[in-house]
Amino acid sequence: MIKIDDYIPVVGQAVIDDLKRVSEKLKDKKIKNINSTPVGGGVAEILSRLVPLLNELGVLTYWDVIKGGKSFFEVTKKFHNAIHGKKEEINKKDFEIFLEVSEENISQMLVDEDIIFIHDPQPIALIKKKKDNRWIWRCHIDASNPDKKVWNFLKKFIINYDAAVFSAPAFSSPLPIRQFLISPSIDPLSDKNRELSKEEINAVLKKYGILKDKPLITQISRFDRLKDPIGVIEVYKKVKKNIDCRLLLAGGTAVDDPEGMEVYNEVLEKTKHDKDIIVLNMQHNDLEINALQRASDIILQKSIKEGFGLTVTEALWKAKPVVASNVGGISLQITHKYSGLLCYSIDGAAFAVKQILNNPKYGEKLGQNGREHVRNNFLITRHLKEYMLLFLSLYYKGDINNI
Amino acid sequence: MNEFSANSSFRFYTRLHLSELTGYKAFTLKELLKILNKISGSSIYYHTHRYLQQHQYLSPEPPNDFAYWVKEGLGEDKLAERLASIDTIQFTSIRELRNVIINTIHKYIKENPQSKKRKANLGQEFHFIKSVSFVLYTGYEVFNLKEFCEVLSKITVDSIYYHIFESRLRLERGKNDFSNWFENSLFEKNLAEEIERLDPYTHTMEELRNTIIKIIKKRIKDDQN
Repeated sequence: MIKIDDYIPVVGQAVIDDLKRVSEKLKDKKIKNINSTPVGGGVAEILSRLVPLLNELGVLTYWDVIKGGKSFFEVTKKFHNAIHGKKEEINKKDFEIFLEVSEENISQMLVDEDIIFIHDPQPIALIKKKKDNRWIWRCHIDASNPDKKVWNFLKKFIINYDAAVFSAPAFSSPLPIRQFLISPSIDPLSDKNRELSKEEINAVLKKYGILKDKPLITQISRFDRLKDPIGVIEVYKKVKKNIDCRLLLAGGTAVDDPEGMEVYNEVLEKTKHDKDIIVLNMQHNDLEINALQRASDIILQKSIKEGFGLTVTEALWKAKPVVASNVGGISLQITHKYSGLLCYSIDGAAFAVKQILNNPKYGEKLGQNGREHVRNNFLITRHLKEYMLLFLSLYYKGDINNI
Repeated sequence: MNEFSANSSFRFYTRLHLSELTGYKAFTLKELLKILNKISGSSIYYHTHRYLQQHQYLSPEPPNDFAYWVKEGLGEDKLAERLASIDTIQFTSIRELRNVIINTIHKYIKENPQSKKRKANLGQEFHFIKSVSFVLYTGYEVFNLKEFCEVLSKITVDSIYYHIFESRLRLERGKNDFSNWFENSLFEKNLAEEIERLDPYTHTMEELRNTIIKIIKKRIKDDQN
């Protein structure tokens, strides 16, 4: 089990001391997180790390999960896609299923703690059970362009919360309650992000037969059209005209995404005549992803649409020069020409990659700045601090609060 | 008690902040101006000081979000330069700073009427955010310059930030807290002035910490000689 003091070598003693000071102010509060799944997905992953740390700091924090069958989660999956702006067929029956299952959870779940922290839309209707305690709704989804029908349905619940939290300014919508901006984070001590030895990295390269005799450009992402793997291949081809290099496309296909295999096969077809393109459809393995990122010379994230873009955060943390599309939360992480290069097109991305490959010192500087930017803004310790401040904000309404 | 001992002690506080979304956003200079006129001072403060906090190890430019957005979102490089070169250190209240930003944009629009037509693409708009601060005592109390230096070298940049920027501009104390204490409790007027003369906006937070420590150590050494 990772302890709070284990982060001292990463962020410094003073940062941990501040966390301990803030936690003192929450000693008399009980907090309950509620989401829809105990494992799998980003929300469960971050809660599984934050909840034990909050408890270690003395902030009594619980985590509960709602119940819901196949039909309920099919509906909430549709909601999820619709909030992302995807066109979904959602009918009256879907809303009825949602309300029906929500009522069952409302009748069964105890929500008497001082602060109830609801994650994403699935448990949103529990707000009906609000008494005189404080409730927060945390939206982990890009809600910048939501389907109006679904959003208006959810809004009826959201407005009864004390506060809402979004991951990027563009994800928020006009609401009559306080809204806070809290970015997601990565855990520097997890297998995905911890330091690796040369031997560990080489073992993974050997396993997949990746040679390091020329620069390696990598995109780590699911085989999903929104991640634009075909565009990445075009970028590589343009770069290859001037600089000999290798491209690695590594990721997985989600079981609930039938399009994933289709995109993967399309990528294979496009790349079958080029030995310098490596396509890996991998099983989930954090340590291997870590090694592939660390072995790369440049990390690409040429997404067409992106949530926060934690793969970018991971790459920046490894001090890699990153070339990424200016979409979603990526602009919060990369300041163009300071901590990476932002692009809008295949040509733009190819030019940026060539710039870095021809000027390794420049790439190094971008990487170093990127790592420090992540250290200051996107590590789990910052997330922990902001969640505690969020809890305090429910009791302090001013812009400057002496606590 | 030596000559650097204080009549009263210095207590180090820290300031932790949370970003609150205001719901206001601008696509054009005209919209930006309209919101700048009515938005809370905490939002002006956030957008003129965010870089100092978030980019602690970088060269500290561009110094404010308005300059950055005008350049990257609207392509108005000349206005961006004017906004970037606003000398924040000369202001002792958010109100004054707000007026200068507004006047700079106003003047530019007057000189370049076509700039009113520029519109940021969807997704590139300016979102107004405000800073919600939580101020806590760090538990460090010092009585002389030596102790001050020791604590300054180990506290977080948030604490330095609070005593140098927030106290001076947002809490309108006129001077940074360090200089106030040097002058009024240690009777170290020259040292106070030397620290006050530093333009903290042209340093990263770590550079600022090291510079202040260096100045104080030199003062201690000079006195010993």
